Amino acid sequence: MSKYLLRRLLGATVVMWAVATLVFFMLRAVPGDPFLAMVFDTGDPAAADEMRRAFGLDDPVYVQYFKYLLQVIQGNLGTSIYGSRVPVSTIIAESFPRTISLTVLAFTIAVTIAIPAGLISALYKYSALDHGVTFVAFLGLSMPDFWLAILLIITFAAGLGWLPAIGYAPLSSGFGTWLSHLIMPAIAIGTPFAAIIARMVRSSMLEVLKTEYIQVARSKGLMRWYILLQHAFPNALIPVITVMGIALALLMAGAVVVENVFAIKGLGRVLIQGILNRDYPVVQGAILVVSGIFVLSNLVVDVLYAAIDPRIRYE
Amino acid sequence: MSLLSVHDLELGFETPAGHVSAVNGISYTVEPGEIVAIVGESGSGKTVAAQAVLGLIPQPPGEITGGRVEFDGEDLLGFSEQQMRTIRGRRISMVFQEPMTSLNPVLSIGRQMTEAMRLHLGLTREAAEQRAVELLGLVGIADPGRRLRQYPHHLSGGMRQRVMIAIAIACEPVLIIADEPTTALDVTIQAQILALMQDLTRRLGVALVIITHNLGVVARYADRVNVMYAGRIVEQGRADSVYRRPGHPYTIGLLNSVPRLDRPRDVPIEPIPGSPPDPARLPPGCAFAPRCLHAVERCRSEVPPSISFEGGHTARCWQTAVTRPETAP
Ligand SMILES: Nc1ncnc2c1ncn2[C@@H]1O[C@H](COP(=O)(O)OP(=O)(O)OP(=O)(O)O)[C@@H](O)[C@H]1O
Ligand SMILES: [Mg+2]
Repeated sequence: MSKYLLRRLLGATVVMWAVATLVFFMLRAVPGDPFLAMVFDTGDPAAADEMRRAFGLDDPVYVQYFKYLLQVIQGNLGTSIYGSRVPVSTIIAESFPRTISLTVLAFTIAVTIAIPAGLISALYKYSALDHGVTFVAFLGLSMPDFWLAILLIITFAAGLGWLPAIGYAPLSSGFGTWLSHLIMPAIAIGTPFAAIIARMVRSSMLEVLKTEYIQVARSKGLMRWYILLQHAFPNALIPVITVMGIALALLMAGAVVVENVFAIKGLGRVLIQGILNRDYPVVQGAILVVSGIFVLSNLVVDVLYAAIDPRIRYE
Repeated sequence: MSLLSVHDLELGFETPAGHVSAVNGISYTVEPGEIVAIVGESGSGKTVAAQAVLGLIPQPPGEITGGRVEFDGEDLLGFSEQQMRTIRGRRISMVFQEPMTSLNPVLSIGRQMTEAMRLHLGLTREAAEQRAVELLGLVGIADPGRRLRQYPHHLSGGMRQRVMIAIAIACEPVLIIADEPTTALDVTIQAQILALMQDLTRRLGVALVIITHNLGVVARYADRVNVMYAGRIVEQGRADSVYRRPGHPYTIGLLNSVPRLDRPRDVPIEPIPGSPPDPARLPPGCAFAPRCLHAVERCRSEVPPSISFEGGHTARCWQTAVTRPETAP
């Protein structure tokens, strides 16, 4: 197992290196010069050259690249090229908890709604309940997250005034306050995934209920709910976990978009501002963190597999 | 009174292609401690007839349209799901055809062995595990303590079927229904498993209904035989009688299609020509008539009645009715 983890971590490092490299060169391939933009008012190109030199951006690109890699390996993500030149790690440390709060909350909401919904529609296949769940699921699937976000704001913030429309409050300011700020964006991004997971649970459960070992369990005289939860559900969960892993990663991407609607200064906000400003170190740092989360969630999925399915053992 | 008696059981399935009559009025009995075989080709309705006894037919698409299933004097078809649960696994247990898929892949062998004992017998976990160890020993599995902690994928097909047998006898049922328990196994393992089932059921005094498509198996292990064709029992009687003096052309065909020890080696094995009828479109007369070499006009229009010979041996065949006139009352 530890050997397996080591191999996986090595793989993860390679993936993240590839991402870092790609982002590095893509950023530089995009036209636009941050320093010229900064000195636009004064119109003094000499000042721009001066700044460029200070950031090492006048070196040939490959030299910049190796310097950057060396920095990252030492755990240094550089500083923003703007204003007071805040270290990138500080910017991320500030914005990351917001994004991850949102992602985790959205995931939790999606899964806690989707699993019972999927189970119910499998158990009462073709009933009104099943059709209802299916209808809501397709509705949820067909709504873009930013649009759902706006709908929620109009209803619950502007209309009913129950929830704050925008902004973020850390968990330290109280669970209720934290939740009241995040619940709408979390529902906005979580809904399509709740729909997908519910459908997956339903079809996977129906598949499992047809198997012979479920017939065997019935022939033993076991209770219906016991068969469903103890015999069928763990088996039905195996294919669903893959989807949940992908969902977690995509939810993070969704969070990055919807943060902007709710004016939450998370990684998404940081990333978009960074791109608009051509703030290379900030964009590179933020993307590195996001890809790190992707890789990690993949690893967690594989470990979960082994926990549920005894046939899977990692060497 | 018979332990189990099935009367004119009829059941079918609603499918997109129409109504499938899987079982068309079968009757048989099982006495306490007896081994009864149900023999027939694939698709003759053996499995669904057995599942109906335990109320395991999925409804819909299945529907039991007639008949009675009396077990220990009670009509099981009238039982509620809750009442059936007190029968299943406790008084009647079942061994399935496919040992590779009968065990739940994510639950340990121990868990799958003990759950029914804890439920039906009210044993504590320790007591149930203790008994599971004994049961594994009884079905010939070495190192039972270790096996209990393993998962199905650690076990071979033969061992899994032994585990299934151990589960089947765990709550000391009075009847075990084994649905082709050895079809999926290697030939050498088949004989071992059958011998084990025979030995255990005899020793524990449990009645056994053994479903098979191999009439050769029957001769060795069963007391009585029911031959099924297209959802009907076409011949029944004591195993030796059916084996020595088969009354129905289908039974004769089945006997000629399996290797036999009591015949010269050079007698060729002949499969029955043709294939069983589509249960969605059964012919009006004897369902075997289209494949039967002796069929006459009457066979194609009227379902033959049950003709009795010596010793309670019966067959449903117009021709046999002529060549072997009734001897029994
Ligand atoms: N769930 C179902 N839906 C529709 N038809 C079914 C269903 N289950 C069984 N049948 C039909 O009932 C008939 C009898 O099937 P059954 O499984 O009892 O045959 P069998 O004698 O056990 O055959 P085998 O030797 O292959 O196990 C078949 O024609 C089959 O197509
Ligand atoms: Mg069968």
